Amino acid sequence: MNTGKVIGINGNMATVKFTDDISLNEVAYIILGDSRLKAEVIRVNGDEASLQVFEMTGGIKVGDLVEFTGELLSVELGPGLLGQVYDGLQNPLPQLAEKCGFFLQRGVYMNAIPDSVWEFTPSVKKGDIVRPGYSVGTVPEGIFSHRIMVPFGFSDGEYSVKKIAAAGSYTAREEIAVVTDSSGNDHSLSMVFTWPIKRAVTRYEERLKPVEPMITKIRIIDTFLPVARGGTFCIPGPFGAGKTVIQQNTSRNAEVDIVIIAACGERAGEVVETLIEFPELTDPRTGKSLMERTIIICNTSSMPVAAREASVYTAVTIAEYYRQMGLNVLLLADSTSRWAQAMREMSGRLEEIPGEEAFPAYLESVIASFYERAGLVRLYDGNTGSVTIGGTVSPAGGNFEEPVTQATLKVVGAFHGLSRERSDARKYPAIHPLESWSKYTGIIDSKKTTFARDLLFRGEEVNQMMKVVGEEGTSLDDYIVFQKSEFLDSVYLQQDSFDPVDGSAPIERQKYSFDLVFSILHGSFNLPTKQETRNYFNQLRQRFLDLNSAEWNSDSFKSIEESLRGKIDEKLQKMSK
Amino acid sequence: MQKVYTKIESISGNVITVHAEGVRNGDLAVVSSRHGSSLANIIRLKENVVSLQVFAGGRGVSTGDEVRFLGHPMQVSYTDNLMGRVFDGSGKPRDAGPVLDENMIDIGGPSVNPAKRIVPKNMIRTGIPMIDVFNTLVESQKLPIFSVSGEPYNELLARIAMQAEVDIIVLGGMGLKYDDYLFFREELETSGAMNRAVFFVHTASDPTVECLLVPDISLAVAEQFALEGKKVLVLLTDMTNFADAMKEIAITMDQVPSNRGYPGDLYSSLAARYEKAVDFEGAGSVTILAVTTMPGDDVTHPVPDNTGYITEGQYYLKNGRIEPFGSLSRLKQQVNKETRDDHRSLMDGMIKLYASYKESMEKKSMGFQMSDWDIKLLKYGEMFEQQMMELTVNIPLEEALNLGWEILSACFSPEESGMKTSLIMKYWPGKDKEDK
Repeated sequence: MNTGKVIGINGNMATVKFTDDISLNEVAYIILGDSRLKAEVIRVNGDEASLQVFEMTGGIKVGDLVEFTGELLSVELGPGLLGQVYDGLQNPLPQLAEKCGFFLQRGVYMNAIPDSVWEFTPSVKKGDIVRPGYSVGTVPEGIFSHRIMVPFGFSDGEYSVKKIAAAGSYTAREEIAVVTDSSGNDHSLSMVFTWPIKRAVTRYEERLKPVEPMITKIRIIDTFLPVARGGTFCIPGPFGAGKTVIQQNTSRNAEVDIVIIAACGERAGEVVETLIEFPELTDPRTGKSLMERTIIICNTSSMPVAAREASVYTAVTIAEYYRQMGLNVLLLADSTSRWAQAMREMSGRLEEIPGEEAFPAYLESVIASFYERAGLVRLYDGNTGSVTIGGTVSPAGGNFEEPVTQATLKVVGAFHGLSRERSDARKYPAIHPLESWSKYTGIIDSKKTTFARDLLFRGEEVNQMMKVVGEEGTSLDDYIVFQKSEFLDSVYLQQDSFDPVDGSAPIERQKYSFDLVFSILHGSFNLPTKQETRNYFNQLRQRFLDLNSAEWNSDSFKSIEESLRGKIDEKLQKMSK
Repeated sequence: MQKVYTKIESISGNVITVHAEGVRNGDLAVVSSRHGSSLANIIRLKENVVSLQVFAGGRGVSTGDEVRFLGHPMQVSYTDNLMGRVFDGSGKPRDAGPVLDENMIDIGGPSVNPAKRIVPKNMIRTGIPMIDVFNTLVESQKLPIFSVSGEPYNELLARIAMQAEVDIIVLGGMGLKYDDYLFFREELETSGAMNRAVFFVHTASDPTVECLLVPDISLAVAEQFALEGKKVLVLLTDMTNFADAMKEIAITMDQVPSNRGYPGDLYSSLAARYEKAVDFEGAGSVTILAVTTMPGDDVTHPVPDNTGYITEGQYYLKNGRIEPFGSLSRLKQQVNKETRDDHRSLMDGMIKLYASYKESMEKKSMGFQMSDWDIKLLKYGEMFEQQMMELTVNIPLEEALNLGWEILSACFSPEESGMKTSLIMKYWPGKDKEDK
């Protein structure tokens, strides 16, 4: 065993003197009585190494023993990950609670993947040639067929199957196959293997361009600011603007196979809501509980900072693992700013020269390489799988000019910026329709959405102008444009996420609603005065809002629709052209 | 075996260093000088150089003073004798009562396992419509009051403390003016709440390091009471002073500052304290109500900014009123669906109209002609401010909701109110009698 001795402690950084070879990012344990505190080597200098300790450092003294493991910080991959709640280092929190009670006791680590029994079906036979990332069989995990793969970490090259287990029940860590490499060495495979979290999994044929939209059932996103499967998006916003509500909604409604929630340095209470709600909610696509398609990686704000830095990597590694099975995975990270702050804290302790706002100089490249782990890929077997990454950003003071937001905007495909004015006026979701952008294609004809966006833009111009010249100085035509843009905003862009019906709008309904709204935006109306215009649009709005919260195609839906259409026809001029 | 060291190597601000061996990170020591003795805790180890922060401050500490390591971290006594007592930041009595040294517990303990938390579900009624209707306070919530110096935030805190139905009140005062401390004591004594309260008070003239200990010591005690099934309300005033104390220490320790001189771990340090708010399954709860004064009324200042990202909402106290814009209770959704079916819609609808009122006010101040709609909004805004926003209004939630409908119907027609038709049918005053 390679060991060392503690020679200094500063916050969560320990300085350790060592003799044998050690590597950067290798895991070490500080031995403190009965407990072992996990740490990672983050700098080596002569015979001294700096370790970031993933636990509280109280009680450590100079001279304490340190054991180096020789392994990089890794996660366990295998069947049994779905439905789990882990901390940033993949410790299962419910099992930890059973063992330690209310509080997180430091130095207690447990198996991430339980030793359960799985029904294995082989897909290769003796003598077959496999490569790292090839599947040797499957086990059913919930609704998915979980592929048992040749560990990604095996060196490149061909392996021939020497032994493969017959169909039947096996525990997760039991040997199910033996493969022989080209030099004749045998390797035993079980259903579980490990992978270092800071390295992207690249066991696929090629990366493809993300095109297909990932439906979130949030109208403003799907219609105006779409996200593609395998794409990336970010949600920056000041506190209280509704980042977390949007993320929670997306995690419930998004049309993907698996959702991984990385609660990174945020409130514990929010994670608890998900923990309690998800097992109760049914996934409309499968009829099973939502928890069966969800994995939560939770390193909340009061948990040790160094593990927070690791948590987003833990999450993305698990996402990549399921992508390798041909599944569409969505990773939601809330919030990437806390992750960046964890880097800043560590950088400060290492006494590195600080960059902007004391963030380390490598901030941008680290953020870019994280988002680059998203993508749509074609696997060796021809199927495709994807990882979509959505990260919230919590800019200091709500100012998007700060380093984390700026670094993120450079690498993402869609920007959903939340605005304080909209949230103050209770216009939720508070995504700013004009400042935000997306490079992906959505579900609605882009000519129509461009028309609607232009109208919003002109409405905003009229509104600004009205602030200067007053309502009386505004022409009736302009005033109608303004009312139309307000109408679009209040009945389509805004969505009541707590309403059981309005909270999630499926594609079919979005298309229907958009066409209806579009006919109003596009139509010309017989409205002689501003007073009448305002009243008329108030009435339209009232009916449309009622329609939004009526069950799709129910009786009340139909009667509201009829009254709405009647109202529209009342003033709509017959198409002149 | 307590070793005594008599050679202090360096004294810089509140931080001293001494050569010692076998001491553990975070442990306490006693520094005895001619001016008396003070506790100190270990904040950094480097080979055999031990850095300690002296609670009473470095002033008057001499290089020849004695340092005696106690072999345990900072602790506080936890007994029922705490009730009605007043202590300073290091746990020494500030009143005439005896020193408590039984059943010592560690402060700043580990955080609660998220898997053991439960979704909060009990509303805390305050009788203040701006809180009860628009931003309901919930048991186990952590909520700051954002304010500026001169606003009656301590009065508001005291009023909520006395009206809220809780078992125990813990007051943590940081950099508190002596008058304010006396105010809290008087208020709680006259209302008879003092016998279920315990104070940890650091006044503006006390040593800075003690300020840093106040939240930890208050929350450690609160947590223990909660584990025994008590509903505890912790009042912390003012957290900006706490953050400033952190800044002072960080700079003395040569840490690289991140934003306006505050250390990079400001967020994590604040979060570690606020996250102590919890509802224990099968036991009690800790609710935290804190004051964060915003230097220069600037919400983007690092302290209110980081606080906002940690806490479950915030109340803005401005001109003696809780502002509807910016104020937010993130947990209100947990409770306001069960209060009354019109609660949520009324809450959103009234704020939307109030926002429109603000726009009309702006137009009016620029001298524009007021449309009929503007005139209606102006009337509405005035009624809303007088009948809902004034802090003197003290009515239960249900009355406040009825009052909301009264105000709406006095100013608008049902369509103009933007409320759902089903609710209008049910609650619009006079709607059940006449229907046009």
